[in-house]
Amino acid sequence: MLASPVHMHIPDGFLTPAVAALGWALAIVMIVVALRQTRRQLDDRMVPMMGVLAAFIFAAQAINFPVAAGTSGHLIGAALAAIVLGPWAAMLIMTSVLAVQGLLFQDGGLLVMGWNILNMGVIAGFSGYFAYRLARRWAGESRVGVLAASFAAGWISVVLAAVACAIELAASGTSPLALAVAAMGSVHALIGLGEGAITAAAIGLLLATRPELLKLDRPAPGLRTATLVLIGLGAALLVAAFSPLASPSPDGLEAVARRQGFLGMEQAAPFHVLPGYTVPFIAHPALTTVIAVMIGTLVVFGGAVVVGRLAARRGAASS
Amino acid sequence: MHFDLADQYHPRSSFLHRLDPRVKVVIVIAFILAAGLMPVAAWGGFLGLWLLALVASLASGLGVTFALRRSYVALPFVLVAIPLLFTVPGQPLFTMPILGWTASVEGTQRFLTLLLRAWIAIQAAILLTAVTPFPDILWALRSLRLPRLLVATIGFMFRYLFVLADETTNMLRARSARSARGAGSRRPSIVWQARVAGNMVGSLFLRALERSERVHAAMLARGYSGEIPALARRAMSRSDWLAAAAAVLILTGLTAWAHTG
Repeated sequence: MLASPVHMHIPDGFLTPAVAALGWALAIVMIVVALRQTRRQLDDRMVPMMGVLAAFIFAAQAINFPVAAGTSGHLIGAALAAIVLGPWAAMLIMTSVLAVQGLLFQDGGLLVMGWNILNMGVIAGFSGYFAYRLARRWAGESRVGVLAASFAAGWISVVLAAVACAIELAASGTSPLALAVAAMGSVHALIGLGEGAITAAAIGLLLATRPELLKLDRPAPGLRTATLVLIGLGAALLVAAFSPLASPSPDGLEAVARRQGFLGMEQAAPFHVLPGYTVPFIAHPALTTVIAVMIGTLVVFGGAVVVGRLAARRGAASS
Repeated sequence: MHFDLADQYHPRSSFLHRLDPRVKVVIVIAFILAAGLMPVAAWGGFLGLWLLALVASLASGLGVTFALRRSYVALPFVLVAIPLLFTVPGQPLFTMPILGWTASVEGTQRFLTLLLRAWIAIQAAILLTAVTPFPDILWALRSLRLPRLLVATIGFMFRYLFVLADETTNMLRARSARSARGAGSRRPSIVWQARVAGNMVGSLFLRALERSERVHAAMLARGYSGEIPALARRAMSRSDWLAAAAAVLILTGLTAWAHTG
């Protein structure tokens, strides 16, 4: 059995049918746009190229390196694909990968596949792509700048996809929002380091051997639509996360918050974020963790820009 | 890491193998939907669904426990639902020693319900893959109006999956072969190892890209014009219709019963 080492594939049963249906509806719209854009970009090369590269991503997810204590660094690949081929092509590739993983290896559910596609295809690919392009624009054209931008893209793509996954689980009442976001976010902040490192090294190899593949003057088609879609999706997720309507059962998150509120007052709890002692307002810790994720994203992104700038300056000084 | 990409399809000549792929896909989706719609703590409903899965497993000629044996795949994900034990308010059930968290009866019910939903749904998906060749599943998805080019791309991916998996296995074996480490020598740094892995990914990408260009050229030489022709495979027989109707009726009945009872 080849189980993908990437633990972000939601299985069936973990999202309510309504949430799952919403995911499929959004995913289908995105797939149709992606097909049109990629077809414009690649013409009749599209099917063989996307198919073979999807097989590549599937296989590359098995390339790992040991980190510590039985964990390993590995790749999801959405950021890498988006950097080289543009976000729409990357989305198609990831959709194919997820379809085969779900249909053939039961890695990720069928009814919930829409959200898996949105997380690992749309959110990961587009956020990685934008992070890479912006960081490169601001970090300059040095080799180190490109590598730093790729690292940031890999890390950001994984963390944002994981946080989106946590929000979807919370909206289905599967996991308390604050805890899910904190847990998924922090675990994937570590996993993202592996993603970033492998992405950067792979881009480094391409830069050394086939630099024409990384031409920057070629913006991906349909970028404006893409930006709007991404902003819309992010807003939808935030609304879903913080709206009490998101809770499918009346005794869901809100009631927990109310009840834990007075429980929390009685107990001087050292476990402030832990479930049995959650803080008075459920939205509060969730908001904090979401803000923490945003700050983390900005720090990694800013770090890439600074590293690139410094390298460019040193390069200019030595030449 | 070893690739064991042996095709998940298990050829037999059972009733389920002969069923129209479209019927199988629709039944499996209805089954997973029914599992998702089962109310919390509807143990009878879950038992019914599970018995259906066992019967289907038996009818596939692969043995009653076939789907069961592989159904653990989704279980690690259950970790994310464990907090429900403690966060759902209700009658206290037990208190964790040391941590002092109290689990509620209602929370435990919610948790077990999720576990069952996932565990039962995945058995249906496992059976579908075992009794239907993957190209037939894709053909069914195509007939069920999934975008044509997407299905064609997935089909292409399936075709080259094994080629690239072999190539990856070779690269991984080559890395192990040249990575001998003498006793007492220091472990190479993580950054160095990540760079090796990244370089492997990069060269695998280049090989895949070049392969896709060769494949495309070969397709053009054979008259490819951007259209992937698909053969109409089969028409629905009477037993296909009967099976579809029976499955939908049983699943609807079971779901309705679980909601009222």
